[in-house]
Amino acid sequence: MNLDSLLPNLGEWLKGTGPESDVVVSTRLRLARNIAHYPFTSRATLHQKAEIESRVREVFNQVDLGCPVQYVPVANLPPLDRQFLVERQLVSRELANVLEGPRGVAFDERESVSVMVNEEDHLRLQVLRSGLALEEAWTVIDRVDDGLESKLAYAFHEQFGYLTACPTNVGTGMRASVMVHLPALGITKQIEKVFRALQKINLVVRGLYGEGSRASGDLYQISNQVTLGKSESRILAEIREVIAMILQYERQARQLLLRERRQAEQDRVARALGTLSSATMITSEETMELLSAVRLGMNLHLVEEIPANIVNQLFIQTQAAHLQKLMGMPLDGEERNAARARFLRNKLRELGANPR
Amino acid sequence: MLCESCGKQPATVHLTDIVNKKKHELHLCEECARKKELIPATSTGVPLNLEALISLIMVPAGVQETDTSSLVCPTCGLSYAAFRAQGRLGCPDDYEAFRPALLPLLERIHRNVVHQGKTPRHATWRESRIAELDQLRTELAAAIAAEQFEEAARIRDRIRHKETADEPR
Repeated sequence: MNLDSLLPNLGEWLKGTGPESDVVVSTRLRLARNIAHYPFTSRATLHQKAEIESRVREVFNQVDLGCPVQYVPVANLPPLDRQFLVERQLVSRELANVLEGPRGVAFDERESVSVMVNEEDHLRLQVLRSGLALEEAWTVIDRVDDGLESKLAYAFHEQFGYLTACPTNVGTGMRASVMVHLPALGITKQIEKVFRALQKINLVVRGLYGEGSRASGDLYQISNQVTLGKSESRILAEIREVIAMILQYERQARQLLLRERRQAEQDRVARALGTLSSATMITSEETMELLSAVRLGMNLHLVEEIPANIVNQLFIQTQAAHLQKLMGMPLDGEERNAARARFLRNKLRELGANPR
Repeated sequence: MLCESCGKQPATVHLTDIVNKKKHELHLCEECARKKELIPATSTGVPLNLEALISLIMVPAGVQETDTSSLVCPTCGLSYAAFRAQGRLGCPDDYEAFRPALLPLLERIHRNVVHQGKTPRHATWRESRIAELDQLRTELAAAIAAEQFEEAARIRDRIRHKETADEPR
C-alpha cells in the first residue's frame, strides 16, 4: 500500500465536528489484547512474532470487524512513512521506531479503526472519533474485539481479566482518551489547578502524541489510569463526568476572556493569523501555538469563519513527516521551516482567512 | 487477650519489636510460642530463638513470607527481579508465577485486584486452557517414562500453576 494515497484525505477524527467540538477535538479508545500460549512481544522470538503477525492477518481477512481493514507491515517501511503513521495517530512511536521484528497496523479507510500488531501487547485495538463520542467508540471497538476473539484465543484470566505485558493495563486493557483544546484555561493560568485535581482522581494528562509527549498547542489528552476492578462502562462514565467538568471550566474561562479582555484577545488572534499567513520560516512548535490561538478565535467568533476541520488538519499537516510528503521530498530542519511557512501561507490564502 | 495465632488460649507471651521506628507487637499463648520455636522446648537455659522471633514479627499475620526476587516463571523463564528491572512481563503465565508479588503491586496501581467488565464472549480461551493442560500432562508422563525427573518436576510446576489459575475465586 502506498501511504501517499492517504495524504489528500485526513482521518475522520479531524473533521472538527461531533459533540462538544468547541473544546473536544477527538475521542480515542484502546484495548490491549494478547494471544494465549505465546510470550508477550518483548520476549517473543522473531519466529513467534512472524507467526502471530500471519495468524492475525489471516483473521483480518476472515472476520467482519464492521469495516474492511488493510494491513500495513511497518518493519519494512522507510522511516518517513513510519513517522507519517505516527502523526496520523495510527501507530505509536514505539511501534514505529523502537520495537523490532515483524509488526504492523491494520486500519480502515476512514482511519477510524486500527489494530496494531506486535506492539507492547500482541494486539492494540484503537477507535478514533471526532468530538466527544465515548459510547459510540465503545460500540465500535467492542465489535472489533468480538470479531478478533471469535478466531483468536486471548490470554484471559478469571481473576485478572485480559492479561497484558504491563500490569498497568491488565483487566479491561482499556484506555479511554479524550483530546481537549484548553487555551483559555492556559491563558487564565488555571490549567495546573485542573490537572492537579485530575491526578487526585487517577486520571492522566498527556500531550498530543501520547506518553511522554509534551503538550503543545494547548492540546491535552485526558485518560483513565485504572484498568483493573472497574468495568468499561464505569471507566467511561467517570471520564465523561470529568470531561463535562473540564468543558464547563474552559467555557467559563473563554467567556471571562471575552468579558474582560476582548480587545487583547482579538489582537492576539489577529496577530497569530497574520504570522501564519505571512511568515517565511516557522517551527512546528510556533505553528501549534499560533493555530491554537486561531482555533480559540474561531470558537469565540473573533475571526471570520474558517472551517473547523481546516485548523484541525493544519495541526497534523504541518508536522514534519506530513510536510515532507506533501512537498514530495525529504527536508532538513531549516528547509522544513521554510516549507511549513510556504504551506501555511498558501492554505490560508486559499481560504481567504482574514482577521475580523 | 487471646493468642493471635490460635485465637483460643490466653496470650501469655508478649513480644515487642521496634525496627526503623516502627513498633510491631505479637501476643501468643505459650503453646503457640513453643510451636513457633520462640521458646526452647525444655527450659535448659537456651536463649530465645531471635531469628525466628524477628521473622515472625516482621511478617503480618496470615501472610506467607515469600522471597519475591527469587520467583521465576516456569513457562517463559523470566525472573521477578528481571520484571522489576524492565517493567514488562514475559508471558501470560507470569501472572500466576509472580502472584504473591504482583498482588500488592496491582493493589497499588489499580486499588483493586479483581477484574470487572467484559469477558471473552467465545469460549476459545477456556477450551485452549484445557487443551494445554492435557498437553502438559502428556509431556509429564513422557518425561517420567524417560526418567527425566528434573524436566518432569518443571512440567509438574507448570500444571500446578495452571490448575490453581482455573479455580474460581
